[in-house]
Amino acid sequence: MLLNFAMRLAAVLLLSASLIWPSLAGTSPDTRVASNSISSAASSAISSDVLVEERLVALSSELRCLVCQNESLASSRAPLAEDLRREVREQIRAGNSDAQIIDYLTARYGDFVTYRPPWRGRTLLLWLGPFCLLILALGMFMYGISRKRQQQIPADLSSPDRVSDRLSDREALDRLQREFAEKNHE
Amino acid sequence: MKRSSAMIPLFIFIALALLLAVGLRLNPRDIPSPLIGKPAPVFTLDRLNQADQTDLKETFASASLKGQPWVLNVWASWCSACIAEHPVLNAWKDKLGAPMIGLAYKDQDVDAKKWLLDRGNPYSQVIADRDGRVGIDFGVYGVPETFVIDGKGIIVLKHTGPVTDAVMSEKIIPALQAARVAGAQ
Repeated sequence: MLLNFAMRLAAVLLLSASLIWPSLAGTSPDTRVASNSISSAASSAISSDVLVEERLVALSSELRCLVCQNESLASSRAPLAEDLRREVREQIRAGNSDAQIIDYLTARYGDFVTYRPPWRGRTLLLWLGPFCLLILALGMFMYGISRKRQQQIPADLSSPDRVSDRLSDREALDRLQREFAEKNHE
Repeated sequence: MKRSSAMIPLFIFIALALLLAVGLRLNPRDIPSPLIGKPAPVFTLDRLNQADQTDLKETFASASLKGQPWVLNVWASWCSACIAEHPVLNAWKDKLGAPMIGLAYKDQDVDAKKWLLDRGNPYSQVIADRDGRVGIDFGVYGVPETFVIDGKGIIVLKHTGPVTDAVMSEKIIPALQAARVAGAQ
């Protein structure tokens, strides 16, 4: 019962950990490469609006809209998001790197504006917490397995239902004896 | 042993419940500003020409307030929370002991002027941030927002949402007093 509960809890924790964990395997390296090539293309004077817009979308989908906080800066229709997209667009045209643009925004709105929080003392729990939960869950899992192994040997010798059978046998015998004794008295 | 390990899920549940309860009570709109303790953005903006403003210069430069603490109140005529805030600003404007600059954020000049004529002008100067760029420099993500800036030009306080009497007496006035004390030293 307890083991069952612990394992279920571990499963839930694992699931939530995987949800909390910012997806590292996502599009990050690809967009980085793409935006680099775009910026070099822009500097080599082939700069077209399409390239700027592509980089704007790639960058602003990594950024949070501060008005409607569950939307990215790329998808939000809030006036502030439009203004910030305008700023980002101008900075892309000015030849600023992605890191410079993100610095510009975090200097004003804090780390909250990025979906990918920076590695810092304050964000340590956010980055390492899921790993800690994973280790805890694995530990509980292993503990549960080792306990089950230990329980199996005595369980075969005298399983709980056999014990209860024997008890009910004993009770039945007692009752028969009592009845027999009462009959003899009569 | 058995008893204590049986309690572990309960403890985890209680810990999670506490965590979630605290999380629910936090205001998700209250994003801490990274600008606290940093120099306020320096800007020059057009002034809204008001009949009751004696200073006839057309632009306002934030540098002109250097050396004294001041309040920057970001508002707009299209902002409903500003309607609730405005009477508080009117009531406190003489008790501040510091200039309060009104930043009409992404507003039409006509609408902003009408607002001030209808509801009264608590500001010592009103300036127009028509494209919202100064707002972005101040990290404004919703109106109203109120900043307290000390004599050295450092942002010492940011309040998001409407200013109430409690916010005035518990946050803004103390921040101004602290800024004055620090400035006198």
